[in-house]
Amino acid sequence: MSPFMLGILILFISALLALALRREHEAASRVGAFGAMLGCAVATIPVLRAMAGAEIPSLILPWSMPCGSLIFRIDLLSALFLLPILLVSALGALYGLAYLRPYADRKPVGSLGRCWFWYNLLVAGMLLVCVSHNALMFLVAWELMSLASFFLVAFDDEKTEVRDSAWTYFIATHLGTAFIIALFLTMGVAAGSFDFADFHKATLGPGVMGVLFLFAVIGFGTKAGFMPFHVWLPEAHPVAPSHVSAVMSGVMIKTGIYGLLRMLMLMGHPPAWWGWTLIGIGLVSGVLGVLFALAQHDLKRLLAYHSVENIGIIAMGSGLGMLGISIGSPLLTTLGFAGALLHVINHALFKSLLFFGAGAVQHGAGTREMDHLGGLLKRLPLTGLFFLIGAVAISGLPPLNGFVSEFLIYLGAFHSGATLHGTAALSGVAVITGLALIGGLAAACFTKVFGTVFLGAPRTEHAAHAHECGILMWLPMLTLAALCAAIGLCAPLAANAMAPVVANMTGLAPEQTALAVTYAQWPLTGVVTAAVALLLALCLLALLRRRLLARRSVGATGTWDCGYARPTARMQYTSSSFAQPITDCFRMFLGTRTSLRAPGEPFPQQPGRLSTETPDIFIARFYRPLFSWITRPLSWTLNVQHGRVQLYVLYVALTLVALLIWALGWPQ
Amino acid sequence: MSSWIDGVMVVLILTNLALLGTSRITVCIRIIALQGVVLGTLPMLAGEEVTLRLALLTTATVLLKGVVFPWLLLRAMRKAEIQREVEPYVGYILSVMVGLLSLGGSVWLAQGLPLPGPMAGTLALPVALFMIFVGLFTICSRRKAISQILGYIVVENGMYAFGAVILDEVPTLVELGVLLDVFVAVFVMGVAIYHIRREFDHMDVDQLDTLKG
Repeated sequence: MSPFMLGILILFISALLALALRREHEAASRVGAFGAMLGCAVATIPVLRAMAGAEIPSLILPWSMPCGSLIFRIDLLSALFLLPILLVSALGALYGLAYLRPYADRKPVGSLGRCWFWYNLLVAGMLLVCVSHNALMFLVAWELMSLASFFLVAFDDEKTEVRDSAWTYFIATHLGTAFIIALFLTMGVAAGSFDFADFHKATLGPGVMGVLFLFAVIGFGTKAGFMPFHVWLPEAHPVAPSHVSAVMSGVMIKTGIYGLLRMLMLMGHPPAWWGWTLIGIGLVSGVLGVLFALAQHDLKRLLAYHSVENIGIIAMGSGLGMLGISIGSPLLTTLGFAGALLHVINHALFKSLLFFGAGAVQHGAGTREMDHLGGLLKRLPLTGLFFLIGAVAISGLPPLNGFVSEFLIYLGAFHSGATLHGTAALSGVAVITGLALIGGLAAACFTKVFGTVFLGAPRTEHAAHAHECGILMWLPMLTLAALCAAIGLCAPLAANAMAPVVANMTGLAPEQTALAVTYAQWPLTGVVTAAVALLLALCLLALLRRRLLARRSVGATGTWDCGYARPTARMQYTSSSFAQPITDCFRMFLGTRTSLRAPGEPFPQQPGRLSTETPDIFIARFYRPLFSWITRPLSWTLNVQHGRVQLYVLYVALTLVALLIWALGWPQ
Repeated sequence: MSSWIDGVMVVLILTNLALLGTSRITVCIRIIALQGVVLGTLPMLAGEEVTLRLALLTTATVLLKGVVFPWLLLRAMRKAEIQREVEPYVGYILSVMVGLLSLGGSVWLAQGLPLPGPMAGTLALPVALFMIFVGLFTICSRRKAISQILGYIVVENGMYAFGAVILDEVPTLVELGVLLDVFVAVFVMGVAIYHIRREFDHMDVDQLDTLKG
């Protein structure tokens, strides 16, 4: 445990140093980034040992709070979440070093130092969240993480839209935390201690437990991005610096999943409807997440909606797992949770890879508006290649890692559909249908992204003069892409590795979970072998093409040359026109607003215009009316807040006197 | 012993009323200094015998409240070039009336709180309450930020008076800790006043409402 705490100490110290050195951009950035990488590297040692099966002794510190002990522990579940956090945070620091450099001239003095200060605090917060086994310490770490990420989102705070997005995130995350506090208080008071280890002593009725379960889903789901609590993701992720988006989207939202799983395992034997609720939320998040992603024009906003989708997949897996515990099926439990947990790692890898790629595009071309890009594969070959790998992985195609975890969930769902009876069998059908729909739509969405951004001809000057990023930026992408491929190619091993984690988490016997994942071995081996064969065949074909073309000249010519006198790059398919057939199908969910001004007469004087916009349906139809309904009766309280310090003190004084008189009784 | 304590209490009441009726800030600061010196002797009077601990505490309190605070405040005034008027919302005569009323109220309230032990008959509790009320009233009714500091010190003095008389075995560490807190608070507020003055070209607290969101 002590190397882990040393790592956190390094993070804190480097954060303070970066803040102290903020007048020197370069020095502050170096101290911050290298501190983050060193801290992560040191903290990785005990995490790897825990993953390898070693027992890491808990660190119990004395503290004078009357609510349990200050206890830090790395068990397998923590270790599984810590691994991606450490990896992505370290890579993000390396990437951020180069990514933030252009901001040094644009931003006021000191902003880079502050950025690194919050970044390292965010990393430390995430690490502490995953090892705190006391509710109070957990909340402190949780708050550290939330505040640090809030300040990182608000990095470009001179822009109004950035400030608005940051406030949305701030309010959303604190509303979620309120539910978590209510959950912890109820559990802690009932159990008589705020140590997680004692929470199982709480004996509450099934009704109260049900409410607590919903609190956990809302509280942790807000951080994780469950629909309909996801509204902050598409706001906050696009405006944050790209390495921060990668860390937030790749690993920070996973702490919500971690908290949810940790709590669910302490809440006793779950009734079946808990599993159903998670599956339902997963289906809604997954399908609507990918649909909204399809309708976006902003590259990073699109990726943010894909986070919602992938969190949905994780929720579906967890839902199957919970259902498995509820009906006592070790196979369903293991496959569901193994899929969900593996998807946590996988999503961390490919989502941060994609955000790094999007950052490189923004860095190189100066915009993340997809319809202003195009043809970037020629100017940014490395970024394009890595982005393609990430895109294939997130679409869940073999032989990359996204496929493996989704396959485990599929397998669990097939099992429940084929062998269970009654309503439980329906869960399998629902999950299979949902996953299939999500997979198809995700593949369509990333075809759109890759086609619009990297293929074709540049649509604007920005795209035409884009430049490739430096080694500091592509090295993290290379690492992540290699890991995506490695997990995909070692799929049977990756599935096996989840078995002890699930056993540790659910309390099943390790033999049972190990047996359950063996069901996945043969199909996975087969798929991987076939995929490798296919890849080899593709390589051979590429070699053959090269041989055949070796002695001929290859020229480039205009794509849209069929009789047009003046073809322009803007005639290419845009991102919205590519997605239109699908978005039209789902118009009732999306509510896309189209404004069209068609060119009129045969020789139009005015150019025509078409723009589409897909605002988030939950903000427009649910949150905005809700909040205005709450604000209206409360607005009179603004009269109390008038800014006069003297009167504020008067309130305090009058309250004190009233309390004094009340407490003493009316003296005779 | 208790007659001495009551004597000190009377001095405290008089200084408070004088504070409410004074228009000049420098005079207010001097009154507070006098109050601090008198207050500093309280633990000595309340204790059974004179120990080293008591002597040290008395010295520290008298030095801080009687010398250091007034010096800090006068310095802050000089640096911020503050006008010498207190600028009250509530007039001086009316302020003194309110003071007298709150004195009556404190005595009345204190009847509901009978003190145990030898201090039962003293004025300590009503005076402590009275000082807290006067301090809060000063904060509410004066416009300048420096008056808020004065009010804060009076509130703190009230609590100190109560503690010094009632709890004769408060750990030294706690007392020193409280003293240090107050010192830091006064110091910080002195600096803050200077900065408010520099940024806004005045130090009227009522104009800080332009900062509210």
